[in-house]
Amino acid sequence: MENVHPVDPRKNYQQTRQKIGYVNRKKATREDYERIGFKSGLEVHQQLKTKEKLFCHCPAGIYHDDDDYDAEVVRHMRPTLSELGEYDGTALMEYKTRKQIIYRINNTTACTYEIDDTPPFRMDQQALEIALDISLQCKLNIVGEVHITRKQYLDGSIPTGFQRTAIIGVEGELPLSNKTVRLIQLSLEEDSCREISDIRHTRVFKTDRLGMPLIETVTYPDMFTPDELREAAEYIRFLNRSTGKVRTGIGSGREDVNVSCRGGTRVELKGVAHNKWIPELSHNEAFRQWALLFIKEQLLRQVDRPENWQMEHREIDIQAPGLHDEWLQQAASQGEKIYAINLPGFDGVLSHFTQPGKVFADEIEDRLKVIACLERPNMSHSEEQEPATNPNTFHAIRERFTADPRDAQLIIWGPQEDIPTALETVEERCRMAFHEVPRETRKTFADGTTIFERVLPGPDRMYPDTDSAPIPLDKKYIEERRRQLPEEIIERYHKLQEWNVPEDTYHYIFSKDLYPLVSSIADKLGYQARFIGTFFGHTLKFVEGHHTRHKDFQYAHVCDLFEFINRKGLKKEIAKRMLPWVYTNPNIDFEQILANIHYKPMKKEEILKQLPRLHRKFEQVRHSASANGRTDWIMGQLHHSALGNIPLSDLREEIEQKKVNP
Amino acid sequence: MKLFGTGGTIASRLDYRTGAVIPAFSPGELYGAVPELADICNLTTEKVFAVFSENMGPQQYIQLARAIGEEIENGIQGIIIGHGTDTLHHTASALTFMVQNPPVPIVLVGSQRSSDRPSSDAALNLIHSAYTAGHSDIAEVMVCMFGPTSDEYGFLHRGTRVRKMHSSYRSTFRTIGDVPLATVTRDKVSPIKQNYKPRRQDRQVKILPYFEEKVTILYYYPNMQPDIIDALVDRGYKGIVIAGTGLGHVNKPVYPALRRAVEKGVHIYMTVQTLWGYVHMFVYDTGRDLMDLGMIPAENMLPEVAYIKLGWALGQTYDREEVKKLMLTPINDEITEKEPYNGYLVYQGGVPEVEEFIRKHHK
Repeated sequence: MENVHPVDPRKNYQQTRQKIGYVNRKKATREDYERIGFKSGLEVHQQLKTKEKLFCHCPAGIYHDDDDYDAEVVRHMRPTLSELGEYDGTALMEYKTRKQIIYRINNTTACTYEIDDTPPFRMDQQALEIALDISLQCKLNIVGEVHITRKQYLDGSIPTGFQRTAIIGVEGELPLSNKTVRLIQLSLEEDSCREISDIRHTRVFKTDRLGMPLIETVTYPDMFTPDELREAAEYIRFLNRSTGKVRTGIGSGREDVNVSCRGGTRVELKGVAHNKWIPELSHNEAFRQWALLFIKEQLLRQVDRPENWQMEHREIDIQAPGLHDEWLQQAASQGEKIYAINLPGFDGVLSHFTQPGKVFADEIEDRLKVIACLERPNMSHSEEQEPATNPNTFHAIRERFTADPRDAQLIIWGPQEDIPTALETVEERCRMAFHEVPRETRKTFADGTTIFERVLPGPDRMYPDTDSAPIPLDKKYIEERRRQLPEEIIERYHKLQEWNVPEDTYHYIFSKDLYPLVSSIADKLGYQARFIGTFFGHTLKFVEGHHTRHKDFQYAHVCDLFEFINRKGLKKEIAKRMLPWVYTNPNIDFEQILANIHYKPMKKEEILKQLPRLHRKFEQVRHSASANGRTDWIMGQLHHSALGNIPLSDLREEIEQKKVNP
Repeated sequence: MKLFGTGGTIASRLDYRTGAVIPAFSPGELYGAVPELADICNLTTEKVFAVFSENMGPQQYIQLARAIGEEIENGIQGIIIGHGTDTLHHTASALTFMVQNPPVPIVLVGSQRSSDRPSSDAALNLIHSAYTAGHSDIAEVMVCMFGPTSDEYGFLHRGTRVRKMHSSYRSTFRTIGDVPLATVTRDKVSPIKQNYKPRRQDRQVKILPYFEEKVTILYYYPNMQPDIIDALVDRGYKGIVIAGTGLGHVNKPVYPALRRAVEKGVHIYMTVQTLWGYVHMFVYDTGRDLMDLGMIPAENMLPEVAYIKLGWALGQTYDREEVKKLMLTPINDEITEKEPYNGYLVYQGGVPEVEEFIRKHHK
């Protein structure tokens, strides 16, 4: 039997990709984004550098390996009724998954608060102060009283089932290079657990990060291209870092990116760890939604009465004639049940482009994994580009359903107890395809694609935290904090420009919060800010890329280095040779470093005395006819002894002068 | 089966308008919140009162005991009482004394986290208690609460040997001076103690709803002054339970006041503030002196249980010997003949072998 299916999945993928007008991001223009109505906003999460966690006295910032734990606690999350007597959509989804949640606890970083066996202690004052400072920098209106509320999370990432969070400021703005981005609010909240694994019905978390203070800066959906989005994310990150009171390093800053296209839905891309991933991810998400709108149109054309649409399903016996398939045999031999599903009118939909390398069928597969807890591979379908299932099997299935050529088919398999949820999940996702882009949060990958993570919770899942009292913020105190603020990032940016510091150093300087060092070294020691800025943005960056950082190295060591050079009366260029030593051995003293690099103090005259001899030697060895050949060669010969003793620019000048009169 | 609501965190929900926790109590509401209950038993509910457990008192004990008596006469197969946790153990011992010889399980249950929280222990505690009331063979007054803090199994504690031991932990209730009666899961009760009173078909329950309110507990501390005792006597107190130090001691300066109290007809019983172990008043002279003064050692009765029992006994008689007989004749293990060697196993964190054990089992 040959495959009589009318759609060539490979061709269909390419054609639908073209039809929706997908373009690579590198080639995408502002017009492309206007065409699809790209719109996005940010929720920027930033851990604060505090000694303790937000609501208990456990230390913050200590992390453990997955297997480094003292005890385990098991919990289940149940949905709770909202004030309207309804269950939240996410809550119900999580409940359907019937997850057993295990928390691994290490005594160093957890107490009874982490496992929800003690009510919260007083909010950490250090965290509150940092959050307040950053709110003031974002020109937010500070609340008169901090109210702690509960935001429900039923995925188990927080053992209480809710995150304690408090709004510190509302309605502010950020000045980007070409526009102003409005801020909705800044909240202070507790960080969640880190997931170790999520297999079948068991999800394992560790509680080291749980409860660490975090601020969340939320923007309006004011960004209309992926690049604007990235710029806003960078700006907020730099602003946070400019206080010097936030954590840096992997996982300390994470972005949730909200994206929609015209006619689409707000979809939240969760926990983007690197800002450089933002453009690709948001680009693909907007086009995924754009593709889903095309799928909707296609379905409305192919299905006569969408409101009556129903899928058909039946268990299949793998031994029955025509259905034998090695691939399925494997699932059956593990005691799993196999179900065939007919999707009326879905021809050409399953292989419809959604994201680079992904099709509509993936939307179903992702949900089967998350909601029905069926580990991949969990399904096969009639429009696979590389069929895992024997095409004859689908032929036989079509016959059994007496399917129309416009129908598409799925086979799913899993343990009997998960099948009802799995069937419900497939039908639910297919029905949604007729109406809307589903509201969901999606997990992100480095390649710019995303997968379903969970149903996006409704707006009404914030509840007052009955365990804590409001904290009044005194006006005088707020004003006192306002006076101590560092200057704004945008002002710093202008200053660097004014000082002629090369633009290619700015990102490095802001991302490591080096601006205060640059300006203080220049100020205190009288070096040109341009030199110091370049020293950080070029020299230090180079050293970082080529040497291993000693665990004790701090950026302040560079300041010490220049103080030493200044005190010794050395010329500033020697810092470049000394830096790799400081970077790799910050604990040895600077005199020793001078010895290591074979520095010898020499008077200017002693160095210059050698010039006539070198000029003569150049005559003998000359192998460069270039205009600067002579000067460069002699500079090279004297570089080592001159470094630290005579400014190199002076030396160059001297060489050029002596040339005239050797 | 019958579920009595008395208030407290269990079987209540948050009123989002006022922020208060209010009882959510119709069977419909309960089945809505905990659908599993429908598979376990056939439940009718009745709100007896709605008070926080710290406001429970003799009047409520008596009302509850009578209501239970009626239900048993009417043929009920099991009783659940939803209750605040703070004084759950006081009510449990009061019901043990007031409802004697029950033919069916009487299960008191509470929760440490209200049901408006996703990680609440309310649902699982309700499931465990419903299973116990509906299916267990143990016809006693019991407290059903979390064994470990994990959502794994519950303990059934004898109403007279149980105590709330942590202000916020889920597994706050512990059996003191003994091992728990049984463990319970969603579909099984596994007795730890074999000598429980089994379920019966007869309806021969004895309701003894008495209580004398002029009874108190005196928690001894160093340098206690005799005027405290004098004041109690002068204010008309009929009974005093002392929680003494160590084996049951108080300091010498209060002796004259104690003598005066006994002479004025006050009934004084000695318990230990160590909670674990027996009163032994023969070991030191102090103890002997105190007995000479008329203090009566209450063996290994927990101070709160002794308080409830003395109130209950004095509600029936003031006769010194009668009261003593009531007090020292155990009704359901409030005094035990012996303490099992493994009763006092307070697993102390920090000890390597205990840490090893904890690492292997869900806390």
